[in-house]
Amino acid sequence: MPKDQPNLDTSPPVSDEVRKTTCYMCACRCGINVHMKDGKVAYIEGNKDHPVNRGVLCAKGSAGIMQVNAPSRLKAPLKRVGERGSGEFEEISWEEALTLATEWLEPIRKEAPEKLAFFTGRDQSQSFTSLWAQGFGTPNYAAHGGFCSVNMAAAGIYTMGGAFWEFGQPDWDHTKMFVLFGVAEDHDSNPIKMGIGKIKDRGARMVGVNPIRSGYNAVADDWFGITPGTDGLLIMALIHELFKAGKLDLDYLARFTNASCLVNEDTKSDQFGLLMRDDDGEPLVIDRNTGHLAPWNGQGVEPDLSGTHRAAGVTHRPVFHLMADRFLDPKYAPEEAADKTGISASRIKRLAADMARVAFDEEIVLDRSWTDFRGKKHDKMVGRPVSMHAMRGISAHSNGFQTCRALHTLQIILGAVETPGGMRFKPPYPKPATAHPKPHGKVTPGAALNGPHLGYPHGPDDLMLHEDGSAIRIDKAYTWENPLSAHGMMHMVISNAHAGDPYKIDTLFMYMANMSWNSSMNTTGVMEMLTDKDENGDYVIPHIIYSDAYSSEMVAYADLILPDTTYLERHDCISLLDRPISEADGVADAIRWPVVEPDRDVRGFQSVLCELGARLGLTGFVNEDGSQKYEDYADYITNHIRRPGIGPLAGWRMGEDGLQDGRGDPNEGQLDSYIQNGGFWVSHVPEEASYYKPFNMAYQNWAVEMGFYDSVQPYIFTPYVEPLRRMQLAAEGHGRVQPPDHLRQQVKDTMDPLPIWYAPLSDEMIDCDEYNVHALTQRPMAMYHSWGTQNAWLRQIHGRNPLYVPTKIWEANGFEDGDWAKVTSPSGTITVPVAHMAALNENTVWTWNAIGKRKGAWALDKDAPETKEGFLLNHLIHELLPAKGDGMRWSNSDPITGQAAWFDLRVKIEKTDAPAADQSKPEFSPQESPVGKGPKSQAWKVGK
Amino acid sequence: MTTLPTSTDRKLGLVIDLDTCVGCHACVISCKGWNTENYGAPLSDQDPYGANPTGTFLNRVHSYEIQPEAAPAQLIHFPKSCLHCEDAPCVTVCPTGASYKRVEDGIVLVNESDCIGCGLCAWACPYGAREMDAEEKVMKKCTLCVDRIYNENLPEEDREPACVRTCPAGARHFGDFADPDSNVSQLTAQRGGMDLMPEMGTKPVNKYLPPRPKDQSLKEEVDILAPFLEPITEAPKGFLGWLDKALDAMPGGPKGGSN
Repeated sequence: MPKDQPNLDTSPPVSDEVRKTTCYMCACRCGINVHMKDGKVAYIEGNKDHPVNRGVLCAKGSAGIMQVNAPSRLKAPLKRVGERGSGEFEEISWEEALTLATEWLEPIRKEAPEKLAFFTGRDQSQSFTSLWAQGFGTPNYAAHGGFCSVNMAAAGIYTMGGAFWEFGQPDWDHTKMFVLFGVAEDHDSNPIKMGIGKIKDRGARMVGVNPIRSGYNAVADDWFGITPGTDGLLIMALIHELFKAGKLDLDYLARFTNASCLVNEDTKSDQFGLLMRDDDGEPLVIDRNTGHLAPWNGQGVEPDLSGTHRAAGVTHRPVFHLMADRFLDPKYAPEEAADKTGISASRIKRLAADMARVAFDEEIVLDRSWTDFRGKKHDKMVGRPVSMHAMRGISAHSNGFQTCRALHTLQIILGAVETPGGMRFKPPYPKPATAHPKPHGKVTPGAALNGPHLGYPHGPDDLMLHEDGSAIRIDKAYTWENPLSAHGMMHMVISNAHAGDPYKIDTLFMYMANMSWNSSMNTTGVMEMLTDKDENGDYVIPHIIYSDAYSSEMVAYADLILPDTTYLERHDCISLLDRPISEADGVADAIRWPVVEPDRDVRGFQSVLCELGARLGLTGFVNEDGSQKYEDYADYITNHIRRPGIGPLAGWRMGEDGLQDGRGDPNEGQLDSYIQNGGFWVSHVPEEASYYKPFNMAYQNWAVEMGFYDSVQPYIFTPYVEPLRRMQLAAEGHGRVQPPDHLRQQVKDTMDPLPIWYAPLSDEMIDCDEYNVHALTQRPMAMYHSWGTQNAWLRQIHGRNPLYVPTKIWEANGFEDGDWAKVTSPSGTITVPVAHMAALNENTVWTWNAIGKRKGAWALDKDAPETKEGFLLNHLIHELLPAKGDGMRWSNSDPITGQAAWFDLRVKIEKTDAPAADQSKPEFSPQESPVGKGPKSQAWKVGK
Repeated sequence: MTTLPTSTDRKLGLVIDLDTCVGCHACVISCKGWNTENYGAPLSDQDPYGANPTGTFLNRVHSYEIQPEAAPAQLIHFPKSCLHCEDAPCVTVCPTGASYKRVEDGIVLVNESDCIGCGLCAWACPYGAREMDAEEKVMKKCTLCVDRIYNENLPEEDREPACVRTCPAGARHFGDFADPDSNVSQLTAQRGGMDLMPEMGTKPVNKYLPPRPKDQSLKEEVDILAPFLEPITEAPKGFLGWLDKALDAMPGGPKGGSN
């Protein structure tokens, strides 16, 4: 070393201790190493042993240190003293807070438990919060899935036992062609990025189908800048091409899907369109060995795809014939799809040809033998290395459910699900709709609900309807308006409660859901509903209790605030009973634990529910002597028993011969074992069980051993979904429970048992020539909803959200840098800054989601750009469709699942003068901040 | 004036793959986190919750649009930090010797105790890779995590820059360009790794891998390697006729049969 070079210590101490827990900067749930110095958080990095992120970590995760120390953190329980919405509160004690909550809730439970609406937003403890709501006895519980991605989740469950993210993933190690549909940066973020990296490393091909070419689409080898809402049509055209060319995995379809099952085609029968079944209720196929009928799962049966069966004078055909009829329909030809999708017929044809080539000419063969549920031994695993992923982009439309169904059907006809190089499920998935609970809603005053709220209906009898046809649930989930609303409809709760439709409620209790801002459609309307008073001067929604860790916009609208901790100050479990973190090769669950203690008077929300549940005497939350059953959430995580041998965590359970995986009794040292293991538990899928999971006996046996289910439950994929057909049959006039007349046609049209495409529902009700621009939002990879803005580091990356305008519209309006536009939808107008973006569908504008903030929230300065130029697109999206003149309130949702149709939005756009002080419109009065404001500068260093 | 070493034993640096970078900013924040807590003064933030938040970052991601003649526009994410140039103008311009290039590995550093905060180096750097910390009034820059890559308090697998360790897509690679067999030299050779603004004569050590050609499926001419699919038949009922033949041809033959 030259003498003028300083002497540098290249081995400084890094930290006093590393505490390993689970991230919560978004929903991805990566493992993190929290480096501690002097008892404080000094640095956060990814955990290399963790199954989700293998050491990598996104911008949000690394910025966790700014979240844990954010000035926006709530400090103590709050009681409203000003008008709702003003943000004026007084701090109260926990005793006072819990007494108040008990005073409100106790009489409701005794008299009419449904008058509590308990909705938990971006909750990662749904198996716990739903148990609390069940114990209370209200049918009105759900989390945020209804306004997020329920179309994707429900279409996956009904079609093949799981969708993407928590359910399944591309076979990143083998796939040769990866097709990404729609906005997907928002879920499973690090695993997708890692997967894209693997694909790129191998030189495999990535195709992006998205109106916006940013993020993952920016690195796609081919980009299809599709028109929003037409993904389903593109997919149907691809399927059309593959059918037309016979590029189908017939062997796979025959053996592993209900394409081989026979359909009752007797139009006079009340079974018309349902599968023919034997006396045991098993669907029937024709066995190619004998030419005779046989149950689908009979030992040695070789199901036929082609043969027909004549019974009662009617010829019954296999599902596969119906599929051919549907998909060969000329209306799904690429030439027909080209105009609507904005993708030329030749590009659609080429994409179909590419998929066929990779699937069938570049197949992958793994030299692994396996045995299927019919007892047939296969000496190898044959893969069709085409993989896909999709999330909110294709699902947040009113045609999203059928679009997601079409996507899964495309995967299935290629034989690319649960085969090498295709898509792989993550244990405990796959799990078909029949293995999930049905919805429950029987209310008994003073007692628990009759079962779990959310589930998968199989027919009209499973809907949540009173005898008179009225809705049991406040959100009208599981009614004829949206029969398969498997995640509830949080976006309709406030609107319906305010309208008293189907009934009025007393207390709205919410957790982690910014409903008075970015988590609602029609944000202005929602604020009015929350503050509206009746003729007596009382609030129409009498009580609002809210739990959040931060000073969000919603805090100001509650009467009582139960302040939550940050994610590094709490216990949590990411449970197999809930939304697991497994990967295709292993089942896994994880915990959070207090790596630092709160320095404020706040408590983990779940621990608060343990105490509140005990005060209310809720079933499951008190011992026989009436005492509190779980001291706190950690106690619940350790000692709760869901069914014999099964608890919230599957690792380190107590067996007769010591600790064991999956099943076992509670173990007082369980959380310590998790902490010692880095905050997670993983058990690997045996190699012979790694593919064909629903059909593979080695997997089925392992799944029973692990406790996913109590007996082997092989099943076949269901491109033909009978529950949909059962709903249609009711609409055609069969059965005891039938839709009201005004919904019959909608049910017949949309609940097709095979995938269809129809235009977004609102297109029929508005002038599409006038509102000729599609408007979307997407979430930046470095932000998570509203949370990112309070983070000093992240808001320096995404502090502004102009409306991005494509070249055609930019030039037509003569826009220049710094210009503003008036953007109008049928339900509202906003005035916002614009920016040019060329890599964009020519009829689509977009902005970043949830950057815009209300003045006074999140401990930001009142002049922060988020509160000035920043804006929400939500003001343009109504929770109801335009009135049809029939006096009905039609929800702006998918008619099958009730998923909020955010991305159906159409607008018109015109240049306007910059508003005074560059303040975007609409503008809202500032809220009082219950936490003050952040510091003027910071130089963060906790070590010496 | 400060002198540069005539040569360095090793040339440590980064390869950044522009074909893979999705622009997620993970590297930006992991760098901020590590370097706030470690080497020298913390990376401060001014008005962090206010109208004009500005902080010190040693690594930033910029995004650029490219509009080809007859193809859709493309978006390129471009992470940028100090390139640890062999002919680093930021070093030679330094009046106090605070800026220097290490002779053993070529890393360009600022010795903060000698830095007077004059800012000449930031003016001299053609890449805008240096940032003056407004709180501490010293010049901050990428250290290539010199306090990680040799740090015996870290597990060996973690002895790489924070940005490389955290990159979810694996778009960042760290190694020694003086070794032709190193991962970074190999990648540069295989993928045509490029210098940033070579005309400046700075001889940057870091290399960028260009994006692969995009939108090949847009080419209108028929590709003999990827022709459109041939329909099996256009005749009515043709599909079921084809199906029967196709099933007969499968293992087990006509009527199937156990195989």
